[in-house]
Amino acid sequence: MHRFANPARFLRLAALVLPWVSVLSAILFTVGLYLALLASPEDYQQGDTVRIMYVHVPAAWMAMFTYSSMAVAAACALVWRHPLAEVYSKAAAPLGAGFTLLCLVTGSLWGEPMWGTWWVWDARLTSVLILFFLYLGYMALVDAFDDPQRGHRAGAILLLVGAINVPIIKFSVDWWNTLHQPASVLRLDGPAIHGDMLWPLLILALAFKTYFAATVILRMRAELAERKIQTLRLTQAGGV
Amino acid sequence: MSGFLRLLRRDLRLALRQGADAAMAVLFFVLCVIMFPFGIGPEPGVLARIAPGVILVAALLASLLSLDRLFQADHEDGSLELLSLSALPMEAVAAAKILAHWLVTGVPLILAAPLLALFLNLPADGFLILLATLLLATPLLSLIGGIGAALTLGARRGGVLLPLLVLPLYIPALIFAAAAVDSVLTGQAARPHLLLLSGLLAAALPLSPWGAAAALRAALE
Repeated sequence: MHRFANPARFLRLAALVLPWVSVLSAILFTVGLYLALLASPEDYQQGDTVRIMYVHVPAAWMAMFTYSSMAVAAACALVWRHPLAEVYSKAAAPLGAGFTLLCLVTGSLWGEPMWGTWWVWDARLTSVLILFFLYLGYMALVDAFDDPQRGHRAGAILLLVGAINVPIIKFSVDWWNTLHQPASVLRLDGPAIHGDMLWPLLILALAFKTYFAATVILRMRAELAERKIQTLRLTQAGGV
Repeated sequence: MSGFLRLLRRDLRLALRQGADAAMAVLFFVLCVIMFPFGIGPEPGVLARIAPGVILVAALLASLLSLDRLFQADHEDGSLELLSLSALPMEAVAAAKILAHWLVTGVPLILAAPLLALFLNLPADGFLILLATLLLATPLLSLIGGIGAALTLGARRGGVLLPLLVLPLYIPALIFAAAAVDSVLTGQAARPHLLLLSGLLAAALPLSPWGAAAALRAALE
């Protein structure tokens, strides 16, 4: 793990990976959106509104994945002082917040025709809303200190505290009898949806993941560059 | 242990001599609840229906009110640094200060709650369960808030940041506390909700001083 702690090595690797994931993401989005919005069949009950799901579900997965990965990175940053881990958390946070917002908005748009309401205080919806606020709180906390190091440490601890919410979101549909339907793809006895709908969903999930990878690499590069500029300015100011 | 008790006694004495913190929290609690009959209208049935939730939310806000001072005064005058050098582990320091916060702000809120329940026309069967849930919920608020207070120590706009961090984490406690009172009022069993609330408290009791201590160490670095 510490092989990649060296920012220079990370930057070399990032430069190698970035074009591939960017192109892959563009292709997957084109194919996935075509399949999901045009080629896949209508649902016999939901009609065309089912197509919202092809965006909603990958966004929800990414919202959870991003937070979990940030929490793991926070643990690495606190335990091993891994220098890139905190850069990752900071870079991923706005993306995670964006995915969460997309998940909430698309869910709401789907809920209006299907459930007859934009919003219900159901366990799944509420816990995802909390997740959104956790992202916002983390972003505000990291930026709130004059010493960026202090902000990163505080943010890492907050991420670990908030990680309690992740299993609650995942299992909220099983623990509470709620309006939101239980999982239909990631189940022990195989997915409960038809292949014609499963494939576009999986392709779009991969598209979201590669988009996230490309953007997070870009943001991490920007953060590292910003640090470098800061250091250069400081040494310059010291030299005068 | 003796260091823990001495620190607790010091904090309690400081709070009593200054006296403002506890009194302000209770005053805020009372005023906050009293706003609702003006906003919603004085109809007894409606007030009785919303009473548990209003009292719990107001208690939550009141306990938030004095939270940003929890470690700040000690941080500013340097005594937190001395405490970190003492033989007492940082976890015990955090636990003592959180306990002092609960004794100074949480307990007066519990004592004031029956009066407010009267104001809001809460049915008589609700009183005991309201006190029981407050007894479980207010320490939980201090424990979760302790982490937030330690995290925002020395932050710019710390006073605004703290509620932003802590309020989302309060939601589970609020859900189960309100559900416990409501279930008694609607004639159902309150036990599962009280057990869940106790479970949250049992989990927060060891974990929160640990997290707060880690945040305090980061603040002192």
